[in-house]
Amino acid sequence: MGIFGFFSKDKKDKLDKGLEKTKENVFNKISRAVAGKTTIDELALDDIEEALITSDIGVETSLKIIGKLEGRVLREKYINTSELNNFLKEEISLLMKDSYDEIPVINGPYVIMVVGVNGVGKTTTIGKLAHQFKQQGKKVVLGAADTFRAAAVDQLVIWADRAGVEIVKQHMGSDPASVCFDTLQSAKASGAEVVIIDTAGRLHNKINLMNELTKIKNVMAKVIPDAPHDVMLVLDASTGQNAIEQATQFTKATKVNSLALTKLDGTAKGGVVIGISDQFQIPVRYIGVGEGVDDLQVFNKNEFIDSLFN
Amino acid sequence: MFENLSEKLDKAFKVLKGQGSISEINVAQTMKEIRKALLSADVDFKTAKSFTSRVQKKALGEKVLSAIDPGQLLIKIMKDELAELMGSEQSEISLEGTPSVILIAGLQGSGKTTFSGKLAFHLKNNKNKRPLLVACDVYRPAAIDQIEVLAEQVGVDVFQDRENKNPVLIAENAIKHAKTNGHNVVIIDTAGRLAVDEAMMSEIAAVKKAVNPQEILFIVDSMTGQDAVNTAKAFNDKLNFDGVVLTKLDGDTRGGAALTIRSVVDKPIKFIGTSEKMDGLDIFYPDRMASRILGMGDVISLVERAQQQFDEEEARQVQKKIAKNQFGFDDFLKQIQQVKKMGNMKDLMGMIPGMGKAMKGVDVEDDAFKGIEAMIHSMTKQERENPKLLNGSRKKRIAVGSGTSVVEVNQLIKQFSQMGKMMKMMQGGGAKQMMQMMKSQGGIAGPK
Repeated sequence: MGIFGFFSKDKKDKLDKGLEKTKENVFNKISRAVAGKTTIDELALDDIEEALITSDIGVETSLKIIGKLEGRVLREKYINTSELNNFLKEEISLLMKDSYDEIPVINGPYVIMVVGVNGVGKTTTIGKLAHQFKQQGKKVVLGAADTFRAAAVDQLVIWADRAGVEIVKQHMGSDPASVCFDTLQSAKASGAEVVIIDTAGRLHNKINLMNELTKIKNVMAKVIPDAPHDVMLVLDASTGQNAIEQATQFTKATKVNSLALTKLDGTAKGGVVIGISDQFQIPVRYIGVGEGVDDLQVFNKNEFIDSLFN
Repeated sequence: MFENLSEKLDKAFKVLKGQGSISEINVAQTMKEIRKALLSADVDFKTAKSFTSRVQKKALGEKVLSAIDPGQLLIKIMKDELAELMGSEQSEISLEGTPSVILIAGLQGSGKTTFSGKLAFHLKNNKNKRPLLVACDVYRPAAIDQIEVLAEQVGVDVFQDRENKNPVLIAENAIKHAKTNGHNVVIIDTAGRLAVDEAMMSEIAAVKKAVNPQEILFIVDSMTGQDAVNTAKAFNDKLNFDGVVLTKLDGDTRGGAALTIRSVVDKPIKFIGTSEKMDGLDIFYPDRMASRILGMGDVISLVERAQQQFDEEEARQVQKKIAKNQFGFDDFLKQIQQVKKMGNMKDLMGMIPGMGKAMKGVDVEDDAFKGIEAMIHSMTKQERENPKLLNGSRKKRIAVGSGTSVVEVNQLIKQFSQMGKMMKMMQGGGAKQMMQMMKSQGGIAGPK
């Protein structure tokens, strides 16, 4: 594990296990593509391209990597399997951005607003985050601003109970911006350190719903001028190329600062992390590699790449 | 829906434009583009590959008639091929058995519970059934509350047991309950599960064994990427499901999953979900979807949606009023509301052939009629019944009251009177006359 020794063994195991499928399906395929070959030929390049594309890395990013590989093969005439792995590791590392490890300490509550399309796991992610922040000894307040989906508030209340944190809510159907206003005021008054706002899932092509997000954001700034400090877009790892469109549209409406990628353990195609990192200059902050509360891990690109290739 | 794919294919076909026949050379480049477009649309790699080579084989050597260009010919070949790939005809769900049991399965967040509510709504309203919704998701917090809220919305009963953590027992008890309470359909909503989760997959297999469902539906998020193949296969291996439901198609996903799944597991797509509202459920028509993918529009769905919303009795009333020259602004307002009920304006426009592309990047807001509605709401009852009353000062008042301008009010009145004329002509059998009139006006001016 080398330089990554300071990460707990447990966390590393979970990550390895969560990425197992992706590794098997993508990176072992690449190894097979070049197995027994002394050099990378046209056929191997095709196979590598297929492996990359079928991992949901995306056509654009895959072709970019293949283009570079082709260039290198042309230049050096010879590149063997272990060199290929190193090459891919380097290239992928260049495409990805690292996130910060700890949330910054600021004067007043640090407000995280969680957005995303329907069914990506926003509420579950918030529940897990609340638990983790609480474990770190932080005072957390949740804001139940998904007032639309049936029983969304109840779901968040259960998570708040489990994590032992405060929650601010109104009845279903109430104005989400008003819930956020209340939440921020309450958090400010009680001296909370972290506020996490749950919003209703919305498809990114629904103009009115996207406008609503902009409004919510503006209302928050009335209570705490810099809020929300972090707009976190939650993406489902099994989503294909539409993830890119989601990132584009949500960024337009709310200026997304960070990404959380859920359900990575369920897909054999974890490549979407790489494609998104490449096409957006937004860091991946969390990845979900299992069902447990602690399986939502802070993303570290070196650890991630290490898990894929070793 | 599939705007993006259509667009990409358009681009690919441009290469072919102006060629006399389809040859090895002119088709190769196009096929490469098509394959890339399909891949970007999340179509499974192997499916895309075999699809393009099949199309290529069929296309090669085809003589291009002088009337159509090679692009069009290729579109036709592709459309037929696409429709075939997605199952050449639509397939309904089986409602045999008393009660008939429908088991819902899928990944987390794919939209199972929302679909269950929609299906109950559909069966109750369109099939005259008495469905029972069963809450078998014993894991996710508030899952039972969610299904209860939806059941109340659509007006059906729910079977739940908060003390019981065993989905198999809950499902069995639900069927007993359905039998004694006269429910003829039982819809079992289950917890979301990953295909790789052995324990959870065995659990749903056990539910299947216990209740022996007539119909097992696999719910898939239409935004799913390359993993759709694996997931569909895994669920199929375990459950041998009968059909697929594609959800969230009102997003702008390119929907490659629709192309892939049928070909990989050989199971029909039976429903599509198109909104968060309980009536946002459509039957899947492969041929329509194929037309749509290729940007050829979906007129049949549009007409059907209109039929669902327009009340025949009301239409007769309106006709009477028109005949008697009594069609007023209130009736106009009602018509607008009916159009609005048909769904998202952009969706509707997308179904009109040729519009899909034209609508790219144009935002049609759901409140496109807002101005018109506000103006009508600002009129008095007398003014609405008798538009002739509207003089200068009344128009001014309406403009102020609705936050519009006198110019806009005038426009509305003009549109309204033209519409009245047209309707009269239609009644008098003067459809031809009307067409001419529309032509001379360039069609009825739309909102805004």
